[in-house]
Order: sequence, then C-alpha cells, then structure tokens
Amino acid sequence: MASAIELDAPRSGLTPVLYRVVARRNETADVVTLWLESLDGSRLSFQSGQFNMLSAIGVGEVAVSISTSPSDPGPLLHTVRDVGAVTHALCSSGVGDVIGVRGPFGTDWGVTGNAAAIDTVIVAGGIGLAPLRGAVEELVAARSDGAGQVFVLVGAREPDQLVFLDDMAKWKKAGAVVLSTVDRSAPGWSGRVGLVTTLLSSAGFDAHHCRVLICGPEIMMRFTARALIELGVDPASIWVSLERNMQCGLGWCGHCQLGPLLLCRDGPVVGYVEANVLMNERER
Amino acid sequence: MVLRADELTTLIRNLTDLGYEVKGPVVRSGAIVPGALSGVEDLPKGVHDEQGPGHYRLAHGDDETLFDWAVGPSGWKSEFFPAHDEQWRARSVDGYVELVETLDERPPLAVLGARPCEVAALAVLDRVFIEGQHCDTRYAQRRENAFVAVVECSSPAATCFCDSMGTGPNIESGFDLALTELDDEGGHRFLARVGSPRALTALEGVVCSSASGYDLSARDAVLDGARDQMVRHLDTDGLAGVLARNLEHPRWAEVAERCLSCGNCTLVCPTCFCSDVRDATDLDGDVIRERTWASCFSIDHSYLHGGAVRPTTQSRYRQWMTHKLSTWWDQFDTTGCVGCGRCIAWCPVGIDITEEASAIERSDGATTVSLSSARSRS
Amino acid sequence: MITIDELVGAHPFAAGLSDEHLALVAGCAQNVAFDAGAMLCAEGESADTFFLLRRGHVSIEVHQAGRGPIVIETVGSGNAVGWSWLVAPYRWTFDARALEPVGALAIDGACLRAKSFEDPALGFALLSRVTQELLGRLQSTRIRLLDLYGEHRG
Repeated sequence: MASAIELDAPRSGLTPVLYRVVARRNETADVVTLWLESLDGSRLSFQSGQFNMLSAIGVGEVAVSISTSPSDPGPLLHTVRDVGAVTHALCSSGVGDVIGVRGPFGTDWGVTGNAAAIDTVIVAGGIGLAPLRGAVEELVAARSDGAGQVFVLVGAREPDQLVFLDDMAKWKKAGAVVLSTVDRSAPGWSGRVGLVTTLLSSAGFDAHHCRVLICGPEIMMRFTARALIELGVDPASIWVSLERNMQCGLGWCGHCQLGPLLLCRDGPVVGYVEANVLMNERER
Repeated sequence: MVLRADELTTLIRNLTDLGYEVKGPVVRSGAIVPGALSGVEDLPKGVHDEQGPGHYRLAHGDDETLFDWAVGPSGWKSEFFPAHDEQWRARSVDGYVELVETLDERPPLAVLGARPCEVAALAVLDRVFIEGQHCDTRYAQRRENAFVAVVECSSPAATCFCDSMGTGPNIESGFDLALTELDDEGGHRFLARVGSPRALTALEGVVCSSASGYDLSARDAVLDGARDQMVRHLDTDGLAGVLARNLEHPRWAEVAERCLSCGNCTLVCPTCFCSDVRDATDLDGDVIRERTWASCFSIDHSYLHGGAVRPTTQSRYRQWMTHKLSTWWDQFDTTGCVGCGRCIAWCPVGIDITEEASAIERSDGATTVSLSSARSRS
Repeated sequence: MITIDELVGAHPFAAGLSDEHLALVAGCAQNVAFDAGAMLCAEGESADTFFLLRRGHVSIEVHQAGRGPIVIETVGSGNAVGWSWLVAPYRWTFDARALEPVGALAIDGACLRAKSFEDPALGFALLSRVTQELLGRLQSTRIRLLDLYGEHRG
C-alpha cells in the first residue's frame, strides 16, 4: 500500500502522518501554497491559529500554520515561504509528492465556535495573512449567524507581495471590509500606499467593542498594536502570533522557549499584554 | 532491613536473572561514571571525591566504603534520554514512502547507586517528557520498566546544595529500593528500605536482618552529618520572581565576561533536556530522523529568520540560569535545579550558580534606567 | 566655565529663541554624556526627555528577535533625538544608542510641556523647531523609501 508504519507501541510524537500534495499554487516569487490530503484518509482536527510540523522527507521539518478553516471538508492548506533548505524543498514539491505532517500544535485565535457579537479586526503583514486565513474564513461564514462585522486589513511590501487575492475578493463579496496597502508602490498599482497602520483609523470598526488578531513581522505587530491602543482598543482584546525556533512541536526540545512560554504549547497565539512584555525583552 | 555489602552481589545477580541490564557507578578515567555491574567488586570501594568550582578529583583510600563520594560528571539522564536517539527511518520506493519507527530494543535498566538528587532530576524530566501535553512513550516505557536503587548521601561535595533544593541528602519516595551506607561500631552495612513490590522480588535470597533502633539512628546521624557538611546554599524563597524582574541586572554582563559559552554545564546537568530534531540521509538512501542533545549555549540554538535571537554569551547565560531557576516553574510547575552542583564543578572557569543567584538576590532591582547610563557633568 | 545656558544657546535647535525662552529651556536642561554602546532610550519607555546632541553619533534603531538591532538612521551633533515627549502617550517609539562617546543636553520634556501650557508662545517656539527637524527627517525618509539606487522593473 502507499505507506507502511510498523508499530509495537503507540505512534511516537515525532512520527509524521504521510500526506500527498494534491494541488499547488505560486502566490509570489518565493511563496507557495500547498493543498495536502492524507494517504490513509484520516482528517486533522484543529482550530484556526494552530500549526503543523511539515516534513520534506529527507530534508527536515518546519512549523507552518494551517490556513484552512477547521470546517472546510477539503484538503489542508499550507502556505510556505522559501527561506531555507526545508522550505525550499516544500516550495519545490509537485503534485503527487509525499509530505510528512505532525500536528496540530499550539494555541488558536479563539474564533472556532466562538463567533462574538463584537467586530473582529484582522491585521496581517505580508505572509502573516496565512496563519489568519482560516480564522477569516470562519468569521465570514459565521457572519450570517448574527456575529460581528469582519475587517481584514492587509499590508505588504509591494503589490506583487500580496497573497490570497482571490480569497480577499471573496471575503469582500461576502460582506467583510477588506482593505490593503503597500509600503512601496509599483507601476500599475492604484491602491493605497503606506504602512498598514494607516488603514486603522478609517476602517470603520468600533475600537471600544472589538477584538483584534494581528500576524506579521514582530515590529509590525508591535506598531500595529500601539496604534490600535491609541485609537482606544483595549490591550486585552488584542492577540498576536509569536515565533521562535521550532523543532519538535511537542514541548520536548526546548528550542521555542520565550521566557516562561513554550511557544509550541503556550503560543503561537499570545495575548498582546503578555506578548508585549516579552517582545520588549531584548535577546530573550 | 539491613544487609552486608557482599549481599549487593546477590542483588545484582537477581536483577540480572530477572532480565535487567544492571548499571551503577564505576571508576573510569579518573571519574565516577555509569558502568555495567556484575558484582559488588565493580563499585567504587574506598573512593572519595573532592569537588569545587572547576575542580574534580578522586582520592583512593583503603577503607571499605562503597559510596563515600557525592556525584560523578553525569547522572542517569543518558540512560533514559539518550544523547543520540534514532526516531524512525524512511525510504522512498516507487513514489511511495515507507516509514518505520525505530524500536527501543534495550533490556530494562536496573540502576544500583543513583543519588537522591539524580532521582529528583528524573522526576523533573518526567514532568517534561511524560506529564506534558504530549507523552514521550519511549521515555515513559523506559522509565516505567527501570528498577531504581538509590543510595543516600553520606559525603556531600563542596559543590552540593541538595539540602537547599529539598532533593537530598535523604530520599523518601520515587525508588524501588533505598540504601543508606553505615560504617560504625555496628559494622559496614546498608540500611535498606523497600519502595515497590519489584524490590521484594529482587531481594529474594538476599541475606538480611531487620533494622534495629540503633541502625535507624545511625541513618539519621549520617544524614544530619551530610547536611552539616554542605557548604553551599541557594536561597530559593522568591528566587524565581527575583530573577524574572532582574533581566537587565548588571551581574549578567559580569558573568558573561567569564563564561566561555562552552555548554559544559548543560552537558552535566541532570535536568537539561534540550534536543535537536534532525533528518539525515545515509548512503543507502534511508532517511533517518534523530534526536540529539542540544545546548542553549550554542549560537544556533535560538536561530530565527537568519540570526540568533540570543547572539551574545550574556543573553545565553541569562537564558540558562533564568530557565533553570525561574521560568522552569512557569513551564513545568517545578524547579529545574536539583542542587547536584555539577555545573559548578565542571565549569572550566568555575562559575557558581549559587553565587550568581545570591549576587542578584542581594541587589534586586539594580537595573539601568533611561538616564542612569548618562554621566552628568556641569 | 561654560554655563548650561551657553551650551543650550550654542545648539542649532535653540537658534532664534528669545532670551526668556532660552532661559526656560536651559532651566530644564542637564549636560550629560554617554559611553559608546550606552542606550539613550528604549522603545515603549516613558518619553519625558529629549536630547540635543552636541558631540558624537547616535543610532536610532528598532529591535527584532533574530535580527538584532536594525538601524533606521544615525544622527549627530546639531540634531535632536526624541519628539514623543510632545505627543501623547509620551512613549519612545524607537531605541537610541550611542555609537561612540556622546555628549548631549538632556531636556526635561515633561517640564517644558507644562511650561508651554502656561506660555503658548514658548510652546509654539518649541513646536516650530521640532517640526523643522521632523520635516527634514520625513523628507529624507521618503526619498530613501523610493529605493532610488535599486533596480527597477519597467
């Protein structure tokens, strides 16, 4: 059969489940989205914000957020940026290739089955939209059940760095407020140019009754949170996604420590109040 | 009960017959290290250790004692958490991938001669590998199947501070068998306390007598003597909080001047558990996933986005010490330090964790404020 | 023996200030020095001070795990460091570090803020000078953003 795992004992936490790439799409010059289905037909049960450890068999493993909505019956979606040997192998994989998956791990955005009556504001920087995509899908779907308004605010370096353009158009059509901006313009771009924080004050969300989910480079998250607080958002309503060297995902290897937290277990989604203290501790 | 030293050979043979691989402290290359035991003659008779910051020496006397020393450079961590541990092998065959988990085929381990601090350290590792969100089943099985015979301490080294950490010199639980070596008017003997049904099985045929009140007091005297001998102390009261609020303390820069970032402390520490998880291919085309010991003192330990999060020795030393004494509590609800003192003895420059901790405790709050780095002149 | 009034008066920031306003500013000033590598301020900290640089260069930086301090800009003698003292919530936006031994005038911004409420003319005088410094930095930042030296696809 497709794969054989001989076990005398329960499957070890470090042993992956084998998946096959069923589709792939180039998002930008160095970002690829992969659609994965398990070989044994098993389905992953997860919540938005969690991540898997993806193995490029023979090369290594990396932590990649799950971009699908938990209620999506289709394949798992993972978006990978080519920055090293393992991500390069993943980005180079073709339809039919076998990839190892271990997970899900980590904390979630808190939106699964938790559609709140308040506005939810999603602020994504660059590829930071990938860990948030599942949450947006869930929130947009829940919208029709009387939940709060959904705002998706996206910033990227340049126009060709924006990802999930089709999804953004789909969300807009479904009634979400979707705004994007770039740090630097390029020929053909007629949209906004400026830092993602410039989208905040005029987006139209109720700063005093909302929750905000931010994902992107650390500096972007710090500045966005600061700008939100100046607009009147309660710091306790802001969540960010933190990152550290991740190797096991199980809380065994010690690499993902950030002070008192093990990010594979106590993150990556962390409340801003706690995260801000940690982000400001240099070389922690 | 009480038994004579020679009866330890019977115990070792019983354990071997029961299928255990029996190991204990032996002398090799000038140190006391884990080794195979076939009889009492393999144990360190008449051996004593002398330890201090950056110092470890064995002395050989002509006394009959077997355990009149403190601890060797390594505990029993590597028996349960191997330095190199193959996890699985995989190979690609015609576009399919065959993946086979690597089984632990070692016979169960019987340790004769673990120290109370070492047993405490194993309990700390259990928090990480068994009692967390994900259980390391290979580790759990090895721990479950292991027979632990602990020997209480009579002769702590100058580097020991188990008393401060509540991990010794005595032990009351967490063992199959606990022995205390007595050498007085009553003769050279071992007081033994049974901690499990397995121990009773292992003791079948071992000649022993019941312990008298005299024997029990002798044990108390040995333990009290050990406590009195300990020269190092760590004030753990509120220590986790003190370290957490002193991340910018000037002491970190001072210790960084001495620290070589060599990682010896993490190698000898019985609770350090960091590992690298790496995949490699061998010449036959098999992919092997291996877990190897890692150290937070390595520059690449905190590698992220093209650089190390902790690029300086200062930040790495701070990480090690604050993890051991402070954030370990947040992560695992226990201290990471068992007071074995190995990090002090085996640090090439003799950095003393108890001294560093107390230096910060004494000057809690000495941080740099905005203008304190400015020198006023007018 | 140079007085603090003379030191402040000699700095380009104070050019054109009335004697009265110069005295007010000097009254809030302290002559300070930083060793190479010392931090003048850190992101997020309370910003009640600003610095008029007299000697040496300072790097305005932002930190990110794994990338260390990223230098945004370096400024030297004649420049001012810090304007968050003027704008709520009065917190430093970036880190500032002495690249070499630095001599500066540390001005108590909180004190000047309070005095400006009483004396709007002082407030305006300070605001004009800060705005001038800001304009210069904003313009150069914008031009740098254009990445003029990089390759450009047609």
